[in-house]
Amino acid sequence: MNYIKSRKIFFIFSVTLILISFIMMGINHANGDGILNFGIEFSGGSVIHLNIGQAFNIEDDIRPIVEQYLEDSSAVIQLVPDTYEVIITTKTVDNTIRTNFVGQIKEYFNVDENIILAEDSVSPTISSETQLSAIYAVVLGSVLMLIYIWIRFSDIKFGASAVVALIHDVFIMLFVYAVFRVPINNSFIAAILTIIGYSINDTIIVFDRIRENKKMIFGDDETIINTSINQTLTRSISTSITTLIMVSLLYALGTSSVKEFAFPLVIGVISGTYSSIFIASPVWYQMRKIKLT
Amino acid sequence: MKAILNMVAILCVIVISAYLAYYGFGSDKLLSYSNIRLGLDLQGGVNIVYEAETDNPSAEDMSAAVAMIQIRLDKENYTEAEVSIEGTNRIRVNIPGVEDPQEAISSIGATALLTFEDESGNVVLEGKHIEKATGQLADTGLGNQPVVSIKLDNEGTQLFKTATENNIGKPIIIKLDGEIISAPIVNDVIRNGESMISGSFTDAEAKQLASRIEAGSLPFALTPISSSGVGAKLGMDAFNASLRAGIIGFVTILIYMLIIYRVSGIAADLALTLYVTLIIITLSLIESTLTLPGIAGIILSIGMAVDANVIIFTRIKEELSVNKSVRSAVDKGFNKALSGIVDGNITTLIASLVLYLLGTGIIKSFATTLGIGILLSMFTALVITRILLKTFVALGIKNPKAYGG
Repeated sequence: MNYIKSRKIFFIFSVTLILISFIMMGINHANGDGILNFGIEFSGGSVIHLNIGQAFNIEDDIRPIVEQYLEDSSAVIQLVPDTYEVIITTKTVDNTIRTNFVGQIKEYFNVDENIILAEDSVSPTISSETQLSAIYAVVLGSVLMLIYIWIRFSDIKFGASAVVALIHDVFIMLFVYAVFRVPINNSFIAAILTIIGYSINDTIIVFDRIRENKKMIFGDDETIINTSINQTLTRSISTSITTLIMVSLLYALGTSSVKEFAFPLVIGVISGTYSSIFIASPVWYQMRKIKLT
Repeated sequence: MKAILNMVAILCVIVISAYLAYYGFGSDKLLSYSNIRLGLDLQGGVNIVYEAETDNPSAEDMSAAVAMIQIRLDKENYTEAEVSIEGTNRIRVNIPGVEDPQEAISSIGATALLTFEDESGNVVLEGKHIEKATGQLADTGLGNQPVVSIKLDNEGTQLFKTATENNIGKPIIIKLDGEIISAPIVNDVIRNGESMISGSFTDAEAKQLASRIEAGSLPFALTPISSSGVGAKLGMDAFNASLRAGIIGFVTILIYMLIIYRVSGIAADLALTLYVTLIIITLSLIESTLTLPGIAGIILSIGMAVDANVIIFTRIKEELSVNKSVRSAVDKGFNKALSGIVDGNITTLIASLVLYLLGTGIIKSFATTLGIGILLSMFTALVITRILLKTFVALGIKNPKAYGG
C-alpha cells in the first residue's frame, strides 16, 4: 500500500469527521443543548442520583418536588433504564437545600433508609478552573513531548507531525463526545490523556523506523515512509488489538460510569492507531516537501 | 546449567510476586491487592472541597482549620477520613464508605462559631471561652428538652457575669454561625459560669452541637465548592466490573500472545504476569489511591507493555528472515527495538509527569498509575523478556520457527 500517494484521501477523511463534529456542536448549540454535553465538573451544577425503590413517574411524582424544593424549573430528570433509580441534574444548589429535597422525596415515597446512591455538586468557580487546568495540562504536555521528540529525532518536523496526529485524535474523541452526547466530566480528561499517551507512543514507533531507515535505505521520502509503515504494521495492529481487547471488555462489562469512560477510549484507540499509520507520516512528508528556498 | 538456574530464578521471582500480590505479607495482607487503597469512586464515599470564606487566610489558620476538621471527623467516627490543604485557601476532605453524603457535608463544614450577643448586637462572649459542653435533657419549663449545657473558663465566667449584670430583664442572643438558636431573657446575674443553651434541638443534634462547641470553632467559615458522594454499593459495583473486565482482558491477551508469538509468547506472558503482579505490589506499597481513571492508566500501561514485547518480537523475526542465527537475532532484535521503546515510553512518561504536577484528585491518581505502569513495563519488557528469551535459546530452543522466523 502506498500511504503517501493516497495521503489526500486520508486527510480528507479525517477532516470530514472533524468537520462533522463541529457541525454537530453547532447543531447542538442551535438546539440549545450546549455544544457538548458538559458534566457538572465543567459547567457547575448539582447531580443527585437516587434509588427510589418503587415504580414512579418522573413528571407526576418527581418534577413537582424538584421544582418546589430545588427551585429549578429546567432541571434534567432522567430515569436509569431497568431500575427504580433517577438522576436529577440542576444548577448548583447548596447542601441544606439538597438535604431538604431528599427528605421531601423520602416522605413522598414513604421510605426511611438512605436513598442517595451518588451526589455531586460543583460551584461554577471551580468548574471554570477545571476547564482551564485541563486545557493547560494538555497544551503543556503536548509542548514538552514536542520538545522531547525534536531533541531525540533532531528534527522539529517529526515532533510537529506527532503533535498534529495527537491533535487529530483529540478531535476525533471530541467527535464521539459531540455526536453521542457522552458527558464531559473528570473521566473525559483521563480518557483524552490516555489516548494522547497511546497515540504518541504509536506514532513514535513508526518515526523510529523512519529515522533508522533513513540511514540504511537510499531512496526518496516516499519509499522510506512506505517501507517503515509496512515494517511496523503488524506491530501496530497487534498492539491495537490487545489494547482494544482491554477497553472493549471494560465497556462491555462496566457499570454506567465505567461505560461512559470506556466508550470514548475504544474510539480513541482506533483513532490513535489510524493516525499513527495514515496521518503522522504523511503529514511529516508534507512538511518536508515545503522547503524554504 | 547457568540457563536452567536463570530460568528457575525468574520463575521463582514471578511465583513469589504473584503470591505477594494475591495473599500479601502477614495478617494485614501487606503488598497484596486487597491492601490497595481504593478511590471514593470505587468504594463509595464523600469527597468535599471547601473554600475559606476569607481573603488570603494565613497558613496557620489553614492548618488550624484542618486540625479542627480532623477532630470533628474523629468525633463523628469517620476515622478513615483524610483532610488536606489544597492551594492556599482550600481544604479537601475525603471520607470513604459513607452512606449518606449530605449528612457528612453539613456536619464537617459548619463553622460552629458560637457567639453571645446583647440586644444591640455587641458580642459579649464567644464559644472559645467554653471549657466543657454536654448535650443532655433538662427541664426548660416546657418539660424535658434536649439542651446543651456549658461550663465557661475563668475569663468567660467573668465576661458572662458582667454581661448578665448589664442585661437583666433583656435577652442574650445566642448565635451559631450567625444564626440565632435561642434568645433567653436574663433573670439573674450568673456568677458560676454555668449555663444552658436551649433551642429546637433533637437529642442527637444537642449532643453533636456540644461536641462541636467543645472541639472549637473554625477560624473562618467554609463553603463547599465541590462535593461528590458515591454510595458504597455503586462504587463497589464499578470496581468489581472493572476488575472482572481486567482479568478477562488480561487472560485473553496472554492467549493471544501465545497463539501469535509461540515461544516468544511464553516469554511475553511470563513478563506480563510479572508486570501485573509488580504493579499491584507497587500500588499497595506506596499507598497511592486507585480510582476509575487510575484503572485506565493501568490498562494503557498494560497495552504499552504488550507493545514493547511485540516490537521486540517483530524485530527478532526480521533478523531471522535475513538468516541470522537465533542467538544473534535475539540480541540484534533487542538492540534495534530499544530506541523506539524508550522514546515512546518517555514521551508518555512526560505526559504523566505533567498531569501529576498539575492535576488534583482523580487526575493525579491517573498520572500515578500511568507513570508507575510505564516504568515497570519498560523494566519487564527490556530486562525480563530479554533474559527469558536468551535463556530459551541457551536451553536449546533454537528452531527459528519458535520465534516467529
